[in-house]
Amino acid sequence: MAKAKDIIKLIQKKFKKDIISAEEFRGEAVVKVKKEKLLNLCEFLYKEKKLLFNLLVDVTAVDFLPYDRKPRFDVVYILTSIDNEHRMILKTEVDEGEKVPSVYHIWKSANFPEREVYDMFGIEFEGHPDLRRLLMWPGYEYHPLRKDFPTKGYDFEQTWDPETIKENVIKF
Amino acid sequence: MGIEYLLPEGSIVTTTLEKIVNWGRRNSVWPCTFGLACCAIEMMATSLAHYDIARFGSEVFRPSPRQSDLMIVAGTLTKKMSPMVKRIYEQIADPKWVIAMGACASCGGIFQSYAVVQGVDQVIPVDVYLPGCPPRPEGLLAAIMKIQEKIGKERIHGRPDIITEEDIKKYCKERNIKIAG
Repeated sequence: MAKAKDIIKLIQKKFKKDIISAEEFRGEAVVKVKKEKLLNLCEFLYKEKKLLFNLLVDVTAVDFLPYDRKPRFDVVYILTSIDNEHRMILKTEVDEGEKVPSVYHIWKSANFPEREVYDMFGIEFEGHPDLRRLLMWPGYEYHPLRKDFPTKGYDFEQTWDPETIKENVIKF
Repeated sequence: MGIEYLLPEGSIVTTTLEKIVNWGRRNSVWPCTFGLACCAIEMMATSLAHYDIARFGSEVFRPSPRQSDLMIVAGTLTKKMSPMVKRIYEQIADPKWVIAMGACASCGGIFQSYAVVQGVDQVIPVDVYLPGCPPRPEGLLAAIMKIQEKIGKERIHGRPDIITEEDIKKYCKERNIKIAG
């Protein structure tokens, strides 16, 4: 079990230039990396014997629209090592309309979370095998977890017509 | 009915067809097994021994809509689920009744959201709205008794939801479907 400091040290040793920030937060390492080097770092985290992050717990995103930050989104990866029993949080910055490389080819469990992020935030993942909406139906125009989307949606006052969902999501 | 053994042998009882049909329908309302959220837990509790929905003839939860008369929409109806609810409702053979169980099914409840249908009456016609979050089993039993009351008053002729030949012709004309023969 490596401590957060050791994890940060190991990462900084190899990716000194590409790390935007690295800090310890409540005993966990939080590392932010440039998205060009995301795949390289992920591969390193997956293969390095002292780290061995072999489980991707979740992929999610944060919208910084109210703060007017230039790269609008943070994509957040929560990683766990089953063998070494430690966790870390990996982040990368992405602006609207830009693409993030998919980590599906390293962790298969990225499949659904990345689809969810694409559905809820509209962040596209390059190299994802099947990038469709996960929760909302196909043809839905908006990305509900973006900060400029109203909680009630745009058609709240209108009567809902089930025919709007033309394509049956579950095939009978 | 309990009094028939007091009658002399060979007696007959006269009644109207309406009354005897409604009596039969009223006391064997079979619900469709369909739970959407936490209200379904209360629905299951209602069907168990303590509250015993069998006292009202509704203990047979059918796994197929084709064998059921009553649809208890128990829980939050999301927009993505709504086509399936409509399909199941359409597969239930006439006559059929619907209970909107709980606040979510009645009006959206606490979910004032882009993903939730604000009341199932936007999707299918509802006979009884049952308030509560979730309603207690007694509430569901009361709703079933309301349904029974409603069935008891029904007329065989002039049911508003009966489909006539003219309705079918109108439906097909609107959708450009050709009728054979």
